[in-house]
Amino acid sequence: MDKTITYPLQIGPTHPAFKEPVRFSFKVEGERVAGVDIDLGYTHRAIEVISKERNFIQTIYLLERICGICSVSHPMAYCMAVEDASGIEVPPRARYIRTIIGELERMHSHLLWAGVAAHEIGFDTLFLYTWNIREKVLDCLEQFTGNRVNYAMLTIGGVRRDLTDDLIPVIEQTLEYYLEVYQRTSEILLDDQSIRYRCEGTGILTYDQAVALCAVGPTARASGLAKDVRVDYPMLAYPDMDWLKPITPLDIGKEPAGDVYDRMVVRVLELKQSVDIIRFCLDNLPEGPIASINGSIKIINKLKKVQGEGIGRYEAPRGEVAHYDILDMSECPVQMKVKAPTYSNAFAWVPMLQGSEIADIPIVIASIDPCIACADRMTILRDDGATETLNAEYLHSLSVNKMKEVKSRCSG
Amino acid sequence: MQWLIYIFLIPMVVLIGGGIIGLYAKGVDRKFAAYYQSRIGPPLRQPFYDIGKLMQKQTIIPENAVGWIFSGAPFVALASSVILLVYILVPYFAWIGDFNFFFSKSGDIILILYLLMIPSIALVAGGFASGSPYATLGAQREMVILMSTELPLAVTAVTFAWRLSHVAPGASHFSLVTMSFHPLWSGMGPFGILGGMLLALSIAVVIPAELAKIPFDQAEAETEIAEGLLAEYSGKYLAFYQIADGVKSLAVISLAVILFFPNGFVQMTGYRIAPAGYDITLLLDVVIFMVKVFLVYFVSVTTVRIAMARLKISQVAKLFLVTITVMCLAGYVLITLDPVIRTL
Repeated sequence: MDKTITYPLQIGPTHPAFKEPVRFSFKVEGERVAGVDIDLGYTHRAIEVISKERNFIQTIYLLERICGICSVSHPMAYCMAVEDASGIEVPPRARYIRTIIGELERMHSHLLWAGVAAHEIGFDTLFLYTWNIREKVLDCLEQFTGNRVNYAMLTIGGVRRDLTDDLIPVIEQTLEYYLEVYQRTSEILLDDQSIRYRCEGTGILTYDQAVALCAVGPTARASGLAKDVRVDYPMLAYPDMDWLKPITPLDIGKEPAGDVYDRMVVRVLELKQSVDIIRFCLDNLPEGPIASINGSIKIINKLKKVQGEGIGRYEAPRGEVAHYDILDMSECPVQMKVKAPTYSNAFAWVPMLQGSEIADIPIVIASIDPCIACADRMTILRDDGATETLNAEYLHSLSVNKMKEVKSRCSG
Repeated sequence: MQWLIYIFLIPMVVLIGGGIIGLYAKGVDRKFAAYYQSRIGPPLRQPFYDIGKLMQKQTIIPENAVGWIFSGAPFVALASSVILLVYILVPYFAWIGDFNFFFSKSGDIILILYLLMIPSIALVAGGFASGSPYATLGAQREMVILMSTELPLAVTAVTFAWRLSHVAPGASHFSLVTMSFHPLWSGMGPFGILGGMLLALSIAVVIPAELAKIPFDQAEAETEIAEGLLAEYSGKYLAFYQIADGVKSLAVISLAVILFFPNGFVQMTGYRIAPAGYDITLLLDVVIFMVKVFLVYFVSVTTVRIAMARLKISQVAKLFLVTITVMCLAGYVLITLDPVIRTL
């Protein structure tokens, strides 16, 4: 029997393992994956186009809804991009408050991921446990911002609600709770034998592959690639923290293998790191205003007189999110581009899945914490149902032409 | 003519009784699991509600399915599960209650091991016939599990038979009733007890695999292959599979109880309970048996399935063909050596 038969296996667009629609076409030899093809584009909502018809303030709330989990990360990157273009300063207190919300969001996102990963490998008790302890940070966020998700906290040039003195003990209590459960949670997630059976050695992304495929966030860090926008790029309150460094599996004395287990290690350690960051922010919270311009109308009026472009980068729980905005004397962004972390990490799926077992597919796909809704930016529809493969040169020429078109529309 | 009535009546009674108890056991299992996962969980009667709902639903046969295998498989699974339960329970209770009729002499462990395979084979056939890639994958996995659990079960059966040939030379060695009559633990030295414990442990691992529960539910793995074998089943056929699953759970657990903890009330205490002339010992035995079944179910299925992740199919094959088989063989050797060592 030297002749192996490959057969196709479609997973998706809807499948119990996926929380969002995405389609994978596998070529399978027995239980082994021989070929992978990824097909994104099932949740395209034309957010970038819609944003052209919304003013700068409305766009914030639109972008919060790109993704339910990264509902701070996207507006954060957008606000930074607009602030970069217009030169609006963010007061120190607002930068600290933004950091606190961002880190609280990171905690709940990582706990949510741990639960989803546990469910993918059939460990429902752990799934319910992590989601149960996640409620605490959601409650804290609700008390702080008024919502469990989609916090509506950010505005251009600051934040909308202050962190009052009576809220500080609430956040401190939450942090206290997580330090208490951290020991147990990390023990279950990292030492449980049946989890190690499933996660160790599966979905390997080597250091070189991570560099070549531009992986970001925990996915890259688990492969030993120490990159973290919070450390590499000056933003928010992070420059004040000299001790901050990207977390890799080396922090627990483990050589990074780039497998699913390492991604778990990085996320569990980042839970602790987030607690430390929020502690630091609460201890060093500066006094002062929470926004440099008060009132949406004033902000829009100021931005209406601005011409230029700006880039905002933020380390979302899944990795780097970058927004690019062009402002051109109008009350709406002339052009915007969202680069979501899943957009970078999706390509890492191919080497991860190549040669793995069918049983590994759900956990490997979940291991980069995909947010399909974030990544879907373009869909090509053909009336006759024909498909067309777009190659790199074509896409590049498309971008060049688009840029020319946008520049010609901008006055001057 | 009386045996004809037995042949038709007893399976009917077992189908209804076994179905009800098996489904309730499922409900209890879900409730306990919910408790451990800090949920409220469904009511105990939920499996019955599920079946009631499925019975009303449309039954869809996929276009590219092999129709007669697809629709025949659920009935084969249910029928074989019921027959399995008949051959496990009826001789046992006939022995406990001191009856003597058609079924009391029939049913040996070889027959039961083969009957145990039929529901799985029916599932596999139905899976292959449903024409869905997920079901095909699930069927392949079920075959692997079926084949890898066979060896530990066979070793266990041989061990029991070998022991009976020493303890009771005259009796039929493969008969379940003889096995119940001479419990494994009686008249054993420390080596034999250790061997018996190894056997019991390996059977405790085989039980979740037979019942397709986590960590051995690869054939139905929800997040991997979307219920696998059952992916294409709906309506009445799915309901039949669920009843068959309930009956089979009861049968497998009963087999474990009969092999390892067979003693009834009389064997334990030496008394019969007969208030006002009515002998209710058998009733008491049924209750004791049920308690044992639920305990074994709880220990070997519920606690395991909430505390583990699903294994990969390659890991399952390795676990059963290497670890569990070695454990069984060690148990076999220890039990064989026990009389030799005691005579030294």
